[in-house]
Amino acid sequence: MLKRFEADLHIHTCLSPCGETRMSPRRIVEQAKLRGLDIIGICDHNSAENVACAKKVGEKEGLVVIGGIEVTSQEEVHILAFFDEDKDLFELANLIYENLPGINDERVFGEQIVVNDDDEVLSFNKRLLIGATVLPLHQIVDRIHSLGGLAIASHIDRESFSIIGQLGFIPDGLELDGLEVSPRLSLEKAQLEFGEAFDFPLVTFSDAHTLEDIGKSFTCLLIEEANIKEIRKALFGEDGRKVVI
Amino acid sequence: MKLQEIVRELSLEVRCAAHNLNKQVSGGYASDLLSDVMANSKKDNIWITLQIHQNIVGVASLKELAGIIIVNGREPEEEALKKAEEENIPIMLTKLSAFEIVGRLYKLDIPGMG
Repeated sequence: MLKRFEADLHIHTCLSPCGETRMSPRRIVEQAKLRGLDIIGICDHNSAENVACAKKVGEKEGLVVIGGIEVTSQEEVHILAFFDEDKDLFELANLIYENLPGINDERVFGEQIVVNDDDEVLSFNKRLLIGATVLPLHQIVDRIHSLGGLAIASHIDRESFSIIGQLGFIPDGLELDGLEVSPRLSLEKAQLEFGEAFDFPLVTFSDAHTLEDIGKSFTCLLIEEANIKEIRKALFGEDGRKVVI
Repeated sequence: MKLQEIVRELSLEVRCAAHNLNKQVSGGYASDLLSDVMANSKKDNIWITLQIHQNIVGVASLKELAGIIIVNGREPEEEALKKAEEENIPIMLTKLSAFEIVGRLYKLDIPGMG
């Protein structure tokens, strides 16, 4: 049976250098439940090291957590990648690590904290997660798809690090599964602004870096179950699944 | 040449860290890709870009750049200005395009290979 799921799939944890230190998976899950969300996605910059913990907390607390990464392409475009299976997510994460130069300077960019489900610090990630990979956009999208994931271009209404801001257009043949707009725009407004220019499904998520921002915007999906296959169907309006506006 | 002389010669509007203009500029670097600036700019370079978000301050701080010129009359994001003040990185604005401002810097003998 089809049900409505309120999904905020773009949430950063304390692993992102720009994410608040308070953004532990436990607190994120608690806050998401308070906000009444049904599905959340964890998408740190170029890393997935807090995903397993978030899923564990989500399972205990009865909230669906989808594992993701916000990948930075060579063009400095942000792309959200989502997977059902951790092994596929980590395969993408490994490809990113192999192609991500630089060491983080915590003083300048912020700490990158890997935590457990009791909010204890396990380690500090030393990579330059705020940096760009040397992977071209199309290669990232192709890899996400070959691993069975969803590829959504981040916050296309923003100038910084968005595909529109960096390139000014969406290259022919780039098979995105959707375009995300930031909480500044409602989906109705986004449809008016971008719907005609771009033939891709539109979604909106919070891109939360602070607890307060979780659920600030979300996308309502009419699907049977909370998984990647169903979400893809909703994005493309297949089998009665859809994005509810 | 010192940063403050460049500011005067090119009529730049200093928006941050105005007390930190006494630095000698080693050369210039123009790019809008942060990863490129991280890889190729040099200490005490003046950086010309159209990017206005706060990560430009992080990059300038990390690479110990002399300052950032933002072109095309673009207004930096508030967070960028706040961070630049904290990090003591001068942010300077011009209405000119990157090509034009780089040309004028070159005329002032600011080298590209500094």
